Amino acid sequence: MPIRTVMKANEAAAWAAKLAKPKVIAAFPITPSTLVPEKISEFVANGELDAEFIKVESEHSAISACVGASAAGVRTFTATASQGLALMHEVLFIAAGMRLPIVIAVGNRSLSAPINIWNDWQDSISERDTGWLQFYAENNQEALDLILIAFKVAEDERVLLPAMVGFDAFILTHTVEPVEIPDQEVVDEFLGEYEPKHAYLDPARPITQGTLAFPAHYMEARYTVWEANENAKKVIDEAFTEFEKKFGRKYQKVEEYRTDDADIIFVTMGSLAGTVKEYVDHLREKGLKVGAAKLTVYRPFPTEEVRELAKKAKVLALLEKNVTFSVGGALFQDFSRALVNLDERPKIVDFILGLGGRDVTFKNLDEALAIAQKALNGEEFDEVNWVGLRKEIL
Amino acid sequence: MAVRKPPITTREYWAPGHAACAGCGCATALKLATKAFSEAMEEKYGDPNAFAIAQATGCMEVVSAVFPYTAWKVPWVHVAFENAAAAASGVEAAWKKLGRKGKILAIGGDGGTADIGLQALSGMLERRHNVVYLMYDNEAYMNTGIQRSSSTPYGAWTTTSPPGKYSIGEDKPKKWVALIAAAHQVPYVATASIGNPFDFVRKMKKAAKVDGPAFVQVHCTCPTGWKSPLEKGVEIARLAIETGVWPLFEIENGDFFNIKIQPPGGGAKVTREGGRIVAIEFKKPIEEYLKLQGRFKHLFKRPEAIDEMREQIKAMWKVLGVDVTLPKPEE
Repeated sequence: MPIRTVMKANEAAAWAAKLAKPKVIAAFPITPSTLVPEKISEFVANGELDAEFIKVESEHSAISACVGASAAGVRTFTATASQGLALMHEVLFIAAGMRLPIVIAVGNRSLSAPINIWNDWQDSISERDTGWLQFYAENNQEALDLILIAFKVAEDERVLLPAMVGFDAFILTHTVEPVEIPDQEVVDEFLGEYEPKHAYLDPARPITQGTLAFPAHYMEARYTVWEANENAKKVIDEAFTEFEKKFGRKYQKVEEYRTDDADIIFVTMGSLAGTVKEYVDHLREKGLKVGAAKLTVYRPFPTEEVRELAKKAKVLALLEKNVTFSVGGALFQDFSRALVNLDERPKIVDFILGLGGRDVTFKNLDEALAIAQKALNGEEFDEVNWVGLRKEIL
Repeated sequence: MAVRKPPITTREYWAPGHAACAGCGCATALKLATKAFSEAMEEKYGDPNAFAIAQATGCMEVVSAVFPYTAWKVPWVHVAFENAAAAASGVEAAWKKLGRKGKILAIGGDGGTADIGLQALSGMLERRHNVVYLMYDNEAYMNTGIQRSSSTPYGAWTTTSPPGKYSIGEDKPKKWVALIAAAHQVPYVATASIGNPFDFVRKMKKAAKVDGPAFVQVHCTCPTGWKSPLEKGVEIARLAIETGVWPLFEIENGDFFNIKIQPPGGGAKVTREGGRIVAIEFKKPIEEYLKLQGRFKHLFKRPEAIDEMREQIKAMWKVLGVDVTLPKPEE
């Protein structure tokens, strides 16, 4: 029987790791993710999780040890955030290139400077080109579920790519919410054993991993990562379907909310999706035709689903907690790519908000709505808008 | 007719055909190290193949694993430049959970160990992973074309420590990673040299057999980076030992007071107290070592720099608890 309880997203992530039974976990504490390795070390200390927990001296070594363990052929897990993920950057490319299905839980936190421990998505968004799959959780239950799904997809032979699951700093990491802990037996059935055919370090059958590739081979190696990322789209759908069958919770790459007759659809990720759904309800009561959509999967980018979504709206209002300079937010770039060659497409308005843990309020969303309505009415509008700026201190 | 047993196993883990430069001393070191490891594993676990290698980026990595070829007949993984020790930690942890008997060998050059990889090395040693870390020390970043590292000796020419009007070449004393490793109080730390292959093999075997981490720093000649004759690698390395430039020692469990020093040979006079070497009077001047290498050529116009080198060598030996006298060449 699943256990219904309450916990923080950090604990949910640790529970997910416990249920997935990785053989090696290497982690370095960083705010806001510290509770993940703390909880995991407790599980290990009490014999509830039979894993080697390597208390590394840095995030760089955390991911490096995970690469070593994964190359040796075992299921591997770590957790980090912000500067920690940034410190892993070069090894993230290596993990993907070596096709090692490591899973990282990321407590999404801003990057320095100024140093700030609160939520935005800049850390994992900045790693979008590493070849890692990326999932974003709206709540603590999703944090737990998506980590299990991440393992399932990452280890699938059609994919074999590492995956990260993001959940917002403090808003989720430190907030207690109801969470259902699934049955170990059902999780075992869902994930199965990890027995890689491509990555092992066995003296009985020695192989060489992590070689140098000359121009004659490098590009093909990169292409296989591209291909695997494309394959992941179908594999993720299958995993979602199977997850729903086994655990009763439905996931979609792009989850829609009251979009059917919407003129304006707000698109976002993570915990902000909860706020936006509330906001849509509030506007619907006023008779406004608005809807919301949440990206559960950011890499592979759900291009097809986004195109379907785009058919429903006249304006897509993207709400993003990250910046890609000269462009706006990263979603703006991704959405533009998905829609650029369509004959019919909605206007896209980009909103940068909630950076460094700033609350996103209905007042902020009203500001965004006003600009989105301009676009809807064919008036001039700014494509990129920083919402909630304190102009008085600029 | 009696057949003599070869001094070391004929099994090869580092296959011929790799792309190292002619006369590469590091290639020799790896060949010997893997053979020694295999013997140790056979003696300890009954399986000569019970090991895997995690290697840092560097000369020996790029020459041995160019897709689709490999020189390795042992499970081998390369991740990046600074993380061989961390990757080895992960492999070791995985092996533990897989219930696999054996030991992990981490390999890095001086750049990947003394500089960019020092933090990961410290972490691996401190966590007491069952890993032997082999630092092949050719005293500069050779893979990128001979730039100085913290392991580059005083006075040496490299592309980033060129001698000139205001420079004598490298102007800092060599950093001895073996001493840093020993400060972690790990079971076994040693320096070795391809100039004394039997000593090196013995130390590698000892390192491989201890339970827990070990660190071996082996001096390897690099004809390319040292501008030295291809065929004189072992001779030059031996001269480094015989002139006092390269001390051979072992430190167990961080016990510096009971450090084991190997007598350098070359006619050096060794004084012991209670079995411990306390003084060495070298007979061969360091010039004999220096003159075979183009990287030190400019020093012969700057004798004060060679004297400074002598002072630094004495200071290093002092750390080891040994008073040394270094002769000047006969005029």
